[in-house]
Amino acid sequence: MTKRLTTMKHLFSTAALAFGLLFGSMQAHASEEGGAELMKSGANVHDRASLQRGAQLFFNYCVGCHSLKYMRYSRIAEDLNLSEKDVMKNLNFTGANFQDPIISHMPADMAATWFGKDPPDLSLEASAKSPDWIYTYLNTFYLDPHSPIGWNNTTLPNAAMPFPLWELQGMQTAEMKHGSHEVEKLALSKPGKMTPAQFQQATRDLTAFLEYTSEPAALQRHHYGIWVILFLAFFTFLAYLLKSEYWKDVH
Amino acid sequence: MANVFSNIGDWVNERAPGMMPMYRAHMTEYYAPKNFNLWYYFGSLAILVLVNQIVTGIFLTMNYNPSAAGAFDSVQYIMRDVEWGWLIRYMHSTGASLFFVVVFLHMFRGLMYGSYKKPRELVWLLGMLIFLVLMAEAFMGYVLPWGNMSFWGAKVIVSLFGTIPVIGNTLVEWIMGDFLPADSTLNRFFALHVIALPIVLLLLVVLHIAALHEVGSNNPDGVEIKKGPKGNRWDALKPTDGIPFHPYYTVKDLVGVGFFLIIAAFIIFFAPTFGGWFLEHDNSIAANNLVTPAEIKPVWYFTPFYAIVRMIPSFLGTAVWGVLGMFGAIVMLFLMPWFDRGTVKSIRYRGTGYKVALAIFVLAFIGLGAVGAGITAEVIPKWFGDVDLTTWENAFGRLMTICYFGFFAFLWAYTYFGWEKTKPVPERVTTHD
Repeated sequence: MTKRLTTMKHLFSTAALAFGLLFGSMQAHASEEGGAELMKSGANVHDRASLQRGAQLFFNYCVGCHSLKYMRYSRIAEDLNLSEKDVMKNLNFTGANFQDPIISHMPADMAATWFGKDPPDLSLEASAKSPDWIYTYLNTFYLDPHSPIGWNNTTLPNAAMPFPLWELQGMQTAEMKHGSHEVEKLALSKPGKMTPAQFQQATRDLTAFLEYTSEPAALQRHHYGIWVILFLAFFTFLAYLLKSEYWKDVH
Repeated sequence: MANVFSNIGDWVNERAPGMMPMYRAHMTEYYAPKNFNLWYYFGSLAILVLVNQIVTGIFLTMNYNPSAAGAFDSVQYIMRDVEWGWLIRYMHSTGASLFFVVVFLHMFRGLMYGSYKKPRELVWLLGMLIFLVLMAEAFMGYVLPWGNMSFWGAKVIVSLFGTIPVIGNTLVEWIMGDFLPADSTLNRFFALHVIALPIVLLLLVVLHIAALHEVGSNNPDGVEIKKGPKGNRWDALKPTDGIPFHPYYTVKDLVGVGFFLIIAAFIIFFAPTFGGWFLEHDNSIAANNLVTPAEIKPVWYFTPFYAIVRMIPSFLGTAVWGVLGMFGAIVMLFLMPWFDRGTVKSIRYRGTGYKVALAIFVLAFIGLGAVGAGITAEVIPKWFGDVDLTTWENAFGRLMTICYFGFFAFLWAYTYFGWEKTKPVPERVTTHD
């Protein structure tokens, strides 16, 4: 690709991003359930390395309970630049075939007994809520002695899920607003294997991975979109010349 | 090669001698006013979107599964496993919203330049019928992906018929074929969406254009070019201010098509959900009759009409008034040619009263949209602090409803009692040489 084309592509990506931000900021309805302000995830589905790290986290910490029934292992390999061997060795722990969808091997009736509800499929979580919601959710777990599972979450109060990433983040505790049950802020009372910055990056990766699984086509969309628009601009220019030529004699 | 084509042409003409005259009557010898402006692109764009909906719809139908058990999964199958399925679906979903953008602007053009007035009442009525069928078509299509907003949207909208006294509840069950939106509902909506309504829509579009070509197009000056001087470069008997639709307006519309497609492509490739306005977040959750979305609201293009339902209170023991109000809002538009008694068509030469009234009407329509979309519910506490939301929202929404219906009442009185002070209308279109 010539340098000029690269510049054009860059220009268009920037324009597209600005466009996306414009409409991202006028969301039809904020997807907040706990009412708390959402943090900005900063997740980027075009960052392959981030997606790969996110996939690793998902398969280490989430797939035990949560399925991605609309994703196939093979599709992840294709989109994340991973080989079949990589995926089957490092991500697929259930013995599923390479072409199979990602189904958690937890029996649904057991899950319902353990957690009070069946852990939801996460294929479309990022489009049902939002990437920012997922990121915020993963960063707002805290120890709560009053909760039956020992954990609570400010983004999704009384969440049924015990915090699966606690060994990475450590344990947060809540400082309550004076004389109320509202959480003032969360503080890290016991550090985990990761520093806060590392943990934020890890949850950002996981968020990016779930954003990708909610719409794998996003990778293709952005790729083709630039060329389609360049073509249409050229087409419109030709149409304009044609129109001008014909309309020269209309007064 | 050219010889082969002209031979085929001759062969057909000999056997169907009526075809070329028809082509000429509607294309090369259909004389349209030469002063069309930006507002005149939206008719041809509406046809473009209609074709897009039909073509993409055919491909979606090949992979969609119209059952409560399989619909949601099949949409994800289209998005992930069908080659280019994501593009086809986004073209269809974006097309649906842009259809309404284009049609709203097309209708507003008609209001601005008096295109509904004599002799074009039939064109307007057929156009309004298209709008009505389009709304039904869009509603049924919105239910098909069987997301949670599809389900609850269908439930709320169909339940509106339940407010009709005596037969309401039976009617709702009859429409859905069940007590809730269910498999039978989805099956019939699919049949109506892919066959019944598109056929009606196509027929109406043909009639709309045929009726238009009988009387000829209006224009931004609201001048009848057929009544002006005769004789142009192509025909001594045709209007001087007319130019052949083809090639002049076909090439001009091509430029409009180009610009429109650039905007459409931006949305399809870079913002297909349009921040939750074109594809809603709650529709990424499969239909579930046990989990109600936090806020049930229709897609953006229905919000003004939905707001009217919400704003009209129930009295005399029935809630049917809101539903009547909603249908009434559309009936009013049907009756525009009879509310407006003025003889001047274009807003350029109409009285100030009409200009102000039309502006208020547009603002009321947008205001109602904001109420229906839940924007006021978000904005009122933000701007005015701790006030009673329901009271404020109702006050605003009812004012907008009064403005909406007031437009028609005002327009009738304004023109019936001769209060309108119009400017002199020119003899010919203003851009002639």
